[in-house]
Amino acid sequence: MPTFVYMTRCDGCGHCVDICPSDIMHIDTTYRRALNIEPNMCWECYSCVKACPQFAIDCRGYADFAPLGHSVRVRREEEKATISWKIKFRDGREKNFVSPIRTTPWGSIKSPADYAPPGTEALKSQQLAHEPEALKIDALPALSRNRFKQGPV
Amino acid sequence: MFTPLANPFADLATIVPPAIMQIYVVVMALLVVGGTLFDIIHKKSATYFFNNWRSFKNQAKRQIGAGQMVSLAVQTAVIDVMASGEFCNMRRRVAHLLTMYGFVIYLVTTIIMVFVYPTSAPPTPASVTVLWYVGILMVCVGGYWFWFFIRVDVVAEGNSPFRFVRADLFIVSLVLSVTFALLWACLQSTSNMAWSYVFLVLYLLATTILFGSIPWSKFSHMFFKPAAALEKRVAEANGTMSNLPPPADAPRKYGGGLKHARHY
Repeated sequence: MPTFVYMTRCDGCGHCVDICPSDIMHIDTTYRRALNIEPNMCWECYSCVKACPQFAIDCRGYADFAPLGHSVRVRREEEKATISWKIKFRDGREKNFVSPIRTTPWGSIKSPADYAPPGTEALKSQQLAHEPEALKIDALPALSRNRFKQGPV
Repeated sequence: MFTPLANPFADLATIVPPAIMQIYVVVMALLVVGGTLFDIIHKKSATYFFNNWRSFKNQAKRQIGAGQMVSLAVQTAVIDVMASGEFCNMRRRVAHLLTMYGFVIYLVTTIIMVFVYPTSAPPTPASVTVLWYVGILMVCVGGYWFWFFIRVDVVAEGNSPFRFVRADLFIVSLVLSVTFALLWACLQSTSNMAWSYVFLVLYLLATTILFGSIPWSKFSHMFFKPAAALEKRVAEANGTMSNLPPPADAPRKYGGGLKHARHY
């Protein structure tokens, strides 16, 4: 069973609609709250669950690996760059996880569009974009023709 | 000439007896009460709410005393209700505040004018009539802003702003009711009686739909959402937190996060 929305918590903001890769989270025409319109196409990717600022979306996993009585809930905090999971087993055990999302401030990494386009020489070069500086080395380790002719040493 | 200080209901009292107007207002109030009760019983919202409340209470890790419960209720009333604090998007929040307070001001001043100053004598205080117009304008600004520029099914899903679905019953009847009220009052004060009667009829029709369609519209969210907000605060206070993990113990030093798609 895939994602479902607690409509008392949802305020119809549409973040889940924007983020769903399957395009199955939409706004219900009766209550103007979020709704999974095609549950059997849901990948259970948890994108909408993580994106919801009201924590109004939950996911009920398929019974073969997540029998009734379990709970898997997630809290994503962008300002702290952390994601926290609470997993409750049906026998009462609980496991909690906190993981980092990133280690640099949001927006600090340049996107490909922010770089100048490569020149003709760069396009002909064997090196990939941003090599070797992005690898933090002076040059790629590669055999030169002269060294290659020496044979095994 | 349009006079914003004129009580439109006092002018209407020359044709419609004040008792009829007062009976209409009372009937609308009864429709609100009856419609909300029917909605609660039909959808079993109260049953679900109290079952949920009991289950969270049984799973509670901390007991909440009466004093703390009062404090949570006050926080809910002030932050979540009066300041619409649950909204994460500022535009939606401002539009909701305008519509909510505008509706309350319009409602209260209407009741004052119909019950306390239904005729020309005694004269209606200017503050009451001006506030009536202010309330209407606030509802119009917030309501039309939401209708054309904020609704997710329009700006994110690309539907036409003139596509009407059942979810639109409340907001459409509300903005149309206050718009027709404004037009009726303006035309009546300029003595354009024929058109003022047209808009009076439309005003009454929209208002009756607004208060009469409660079992099918979102009107009763103004009662349900505060209850849901209180339940959320109680769940955080008693440790259940709806099974959510607690906030991470980490500094807030990474900035405002992703810039979500700016549809609205």
